[in-house]
Amino acid sequence: MNDPTTLVELRDVTKTFEVTPTRENPASTLTVLDRVSLEVRTGEIFGLIGYSGAGKSTLVRLINALTPLTSGSVTVDGVEVSTLKERGLRELRRDIGMIFQQFNLFNSRTVAGNVAYPLTIAGTPKSERDARVAELLNFVGLADKAHTYPDQLSGGQKQRVGIARALATRPKLLLADEATSALDPETTQEVLALLRRVNTELGTTIVVITHEMAVIRGIAHRVAVLDEGRIVETGEVYDVFAKPQHPVTARFVATVIEPPPSGETLAALKTAHPNATLVALRFDEDRVNQAAVYRCFFEAGVAFELVAGGIEAIQGRHFAQLTLALDGPDAAVRDALAQVSELVKAEVL
Amino acid sequence: MLDGLCGWWGRTRLCELVDRGYLAEAIFETLYMVAIALGVGIVIGLIVGLGLYTTRKGGLYANRVMYAVLNIIVNIFRPIPFVIFIGAVQPLARVVTGTGIGNPAIIFGLSIAAGFFVSRIVEQNLFSVDPGVVEAARAMGASRPRIVFGVLIPEALGPLILGLTFSFVSVVDASAIAGVLGGGGLGNFSLSYGFRQFDTLVTWVTVVIIIVIVQLAQLLGNWVARRVMRR
Repeated sequence: MNDPTTLVELRDVTKTFEVTPTRENPASTLTVLDRVSLEVRTGEIFGLIGYSGAGKSTLVRLINALTPLTSGSVTVDGVEVSTLKERGLRELRRDIGMIFQQFNLFNSRTVAGNVAYPLTIAGTPKSERDARVAELLNFVGLADKAHTYPDQLSGGQKQRVGIARALATRPKLLLADEATSALDPETTQEVLALLRRVNTELGTTIVVITHEMAVIRGIAHRVAVLDEGRIVETGEVYDVFAKPQHPVTARFVATVIEPPPSGETLAALKTAHPNATLVALRFDEDRVNQAAVYRCFFEAGVAFELVAGGIEAIQGRHFAQLTLALDGPDAAVRDALAQVSELVKAEVL
Repeated sequence: MLDGLCGWWGRTRLCELVDRGYLAEAIFETLYMVAIALGVGIVIGLIVGLGLYTTRKGGLYANRVMYAVLNIIVNIFRPIPFVIFIGAVQPLARVVTGTGIGNPAIIFGLSIAAGFFVSRIVEQNLFSVDPGVVEAARAMGASRPRIVFGVLIPEALGPLILGLTFSFVSVVDASAIAGVLGGGGLGNFSLSYGFRQFDTLVTWVTVVIIIVIVQLAQLLGNWVARRVMRR
């Protein structure tokens, strides 16, 4: 994970599709990805988040060349993907596993048959294949389902089969295209935990495509935010959560971390606390502890009440966004806030 | 078995046809015509149906010209009524089988017609395969022939078998027309000994036999499809 070597690199990648021009939209091409550049480092879990139609699924398919790019460069392990012919592409794809939102399992094959198929394609001898299938099914916890058909499995089990199948040929890279979007929250966590194990125990680099910030928070090390075909923000997950720069990022962050109250929520709080000063505090590095802040208010004789907010742990680092209602003499409140502002980012609402 | 058709109805003309073995021969001829025509038809239909599916836009072998050609050929020939179709391909039948009349010529025409029919059935059933499954196979690095034979056909097998069962019924239907065109089989039998001799009993017996043949085929098809689909 500390190895900074680049495994996947996209440089100025543009992808357009030909479309039938309409009166409303006379253009005959539709730009899905617009000069996208990003790097995925060996050993990391890289998250790519965006709304439906942002171009995430297209982007991930450029990496294993299921979709050809229009211009720019995609390299995987130093190989320029667009120069590969059919045979070279097949070899590339055997080194890249992929899992899907709808699992895409072969219904005509058993669980073991699904997992064995990539090995058959790769020409692995049968004895070796059987051993590998057993090993993989153990890894994903489905050893007892080897002879079951996919239509008898739950969604979470299907995705675990998908993961086992994608890992069969020991790929360096795993592409997860909305892998948890069809699952309920509990199953999502199970599958995310499995992906984390794939990353830490097998050392597989993972690219996770999602529209759920919870998935990014749960497993990604770094994240890129894609909006209307462009990367609008990229960085360490913690930094993106703590200090979102782009409005789209801020909206995603707001889905898992409550932002300071505003609008109707703020008005309601003000009505409920008519004599109080509302202040939003942001604790975005571990060095500040809340007790120090509360002590300031206490010593200044200011009563305080927590009225909104939440605390998150992202990649083991804590982040909190808390809104307090302060009650006390004006001068005391002012003094206390002056002291607190030296400790954390404080904003009077 | 056929002897049982006689007797309880009294001594009729039917008994004579059964005794002389005409009915057995007619049944055999129908089964023989249908078997060969469906066999050839399935081969042609699989090839053309796969061609239609894979050369379509976005398909594994996407090829606009190839698709257009196949599609037009199937669209032109498939809707031609069989009784006219046989006449239309008579010159070709003469070249291939050496005769323009009788069972060989009928079987030839029946095979071609079945081929066009099965093509559409195959194409339609391949559409029932989730494109995501094909994509998964591509993402694994499977070659295109391997995807066709290792993924596409196995995934579509259940519906394909039901489709072929449906085709069997259509070929039995078409084979009866051979009776009007100088061929043998149950069509000829019921026309010659039933309809033209005002012997409704003979026609009815033929009807029952055809119903039994079709029902048996349908039961077998359903059973095999159910086994394949495990439902």
